[in-house]
Amino acid sequence: MRDGDRTVLTMASDFKGEPKEFALVVPVPTFLERGQIHVGDPAVIDHLDAYSAPRLVEYFDPDPCHPPVMMDRMAAPSAAGAAKAERAKALGVTVEASYTVGEYDILILSAKESSGLETWLRENGYRIPPGASQVLGSYLKQGMRFFVAKVNLGEQARLGFSMLRPLQVAYETPKFMLPIRLGTVNAAGPQELLIYALTRRGRVETTNYRTVKLPSELEVPLYVKDVFGDFYKALFDTAVRKEGMRTVFLEYAWNMSWCDPCAADPLSREELRKLGVFWLDDGGAPAVTGGVRPAPLPPRGGAVNVMLTRLHVRYDRDRFPEDLVFQETADSSNFQGRYVLRHPFTGDVGCEAARGYRDQVRRGQEQQAQNLARLTGWPIDGIRKRMKLDEPSGVTGEKKWWQKLWE
Amino acid sequence: MARPGPVRGPSIPADPRWYQIGSLALLLAWGLGRLGFDVGAPQVAVTVGTALAVQLLGTTLARLPRFDPKSALISSLSLCLLLRTNALAIAALGAAIAVGSKFLVRVRGKHLFNPTTLALALLYLADLAWISPGQWGSAALLAFLVACLGGLVVFRSSRSDVTLAFLLAWSGLLAARALRLGDPASIPLHQVESGSLLLFAFFMISDPKTTPDSRAGRVVFGALVAAGAYAVQFLLFRTNGLVLSLVALSPLVPLLDLLLPGPRYAWPTKGAPDEAPRPAVAPPPDPAAHPPLPA
Repeated sequence: MRDGDRTVLTMASDFKGEPKEFALVVPVPTFLERGQIHVGDPAVIDHLDAYSAPRLVEYFDPDPCHPPVMMDRMAAPSAAGAAKAERAKALGVTVEASYTVGEYDILILSAKESSGLETWLRENGYRIPPGASQVLGSYLKQGMRFFVAKVNLGEQARLGFSMLRPLQVAYETPKFMLPIRLGTVNAAGPQELLIYALTRRGRVETTNYRTVKLPSELEVPLYVKDVFGDFYKALFDTAVRKEGMRTVFLEYAWNMSWCDPCAADPLSREELRKLGVFWLDDGGAPAVTGGVRPAPLPPRGGAVNVMLTRLHVRYDRDRFPEDLVFQETADSSNFQGRYVLRHPFTGDVGCEAARGYRDQVRRGQEQQAQNLARLTGWPIDGIRKRMKLDEPSGVTGEKKWWQKLWE
Repeated sequence: MARPGPVRGPSIPADPRWYQIGSLALLLAWGLGRLGFDVGAPQVAVTVGTALAVQLLGTTLARLPRFDPKSALISSLSLCLLLRTNALAIAALGAAIAVGSKFLVRVRGKHLFNPTTLALALLYLADLAWISPGQWGSAALLAFLVACLGGLVVFRSSRSDVTLAFLLAWSGLLAARALRLGDPASIPLHQVESGSLLLFAFFMISDPKTTPDSRAGRVVFGALVAAGAYAVQFLLFRTNGLVLSLVALSPLVPLLDLLLPGPRYAWPTKGAPDEAPRPAVAPPPDPAAHPPLPA
């Protein structure tokens, strides 16, 4: 969430290892008090993902095939002993604050020198990649602090959560950016990031990288419905390849009060508030027509001035050397990754007009096959085969010129 | 193949603005065709049409000797490249501000603001439109293309000094920042590999009508604009520092002209050679040469 300088950053990761190995190191622009840190509800993130995922025009359960990864994460090999204050001091590292929030132990660190910070992080069980010192130093010189978190196993057992819930921080800063450099220092292969931005007025885009729309509004074969997860994955891979992995992709930009078609219901006010949307309750409450509407808002219900932007980026250090910098634009027009399934008419087809219609269907299906091949890079022959377009058919196949002579 | 028409010169048009118009049109075609700019044909038509109409109106009211579409074409094509809006009325407003400002905001016989930059900054600050600095990406090929096309324009309008001064100052500031932070060279390189930056340097800040008259003045001005843009971007952490800095610092141009006087620039029109403007060609700073709009 971003409004003016107010920011609520929700970090959800796809960490699948042992909770004790989870460790998060994130540069933050300001000091954070206890009350500015919160453990969020993973269901809200899942809902956000489902609501904004690319979709077919039919009502359909999209496979959220890319779990949201919102921050760099680093695994720690084992829990090291608690750092002694003197040791931290000797390394020039200041533990500005230490909180236990939910199942997480959180520290806010500042440091005089990056090498001291690097050593401190290593000694305390944060596996920092070689070469990270330079990046840590850059953030320190930009006046940033470090937010580091580990799972408190005792608290986790007591709270009874088996999965790691997202961490949220609220702060005010003119810097509208996401630090991605720590995660690319020595990553094996590109990283993947989904960014959901909730703003009051318009779409969000990156200012130091190109933001392009994911190909959309194309007709695809009916069987895509059965393989939608694979389709979306291949579509994104192909789009990334075509742009040389140098762009950020816009997958969704929509006013939160409705959707068409809805991959999932819009988020309720309660859910939006949990994500940091603070302006729904104060001041001019949007007019709700037709009496009180319970949450969740029905599609096309009372207007909410919340714009959701979903950006998807695959990145590495070579092609994304800088952190992502964003701006909120004045663009409130809607966009979604949307693919059209067209069911041909299957009733009685005996009339003269039906012949022309069948040719038209046939041509349409060929176009759908080509669209799919272009979007996903899948071989066209395999697509035609699966659509049964390669089988010569007396009904839908084009007639040879001589067949028309003596009908 | 001499033509009877008095306006166009020999087969190669001597006025650098024709090259500029060609370059901008090419870039627009690239942006629309390859990069998928969010600009429809109606917006292009409305922007160009409004700019020409306002130019015609201004020509009539200011009793200029003849209607010259070149400047209005340049402003409107630049707006098509840079201004993003969902409303055609805003596009028209942008074109009207740009061209109108040439006639209305004048100091010492010179218009004060680069027309495109002023329209962009006003509409952006009023939150009516937005600018997408990242829209060109950082493809080296495109950067090269922009630089070449722009270089041609600047060379022919002999204002490469302001562009060079600006680019040197800007790259220097970015390199100094990277050195201070210990960042790898890939970061400042990525920052200057920007189509928007090159477009700004070669097409906007280089406008000979709104830069100082003397070379020293232009070098100072280019460096100041770079410093202002750096402050907006890296101290205030706001976007579009280049455009905002140029608009904010343009009022300094008359001052620089007073402190560091030089010959006033005039567009060569009749097959004049491409070298630097000679004082003989440039008219004296006489308001009658560019009659302002009667108040």
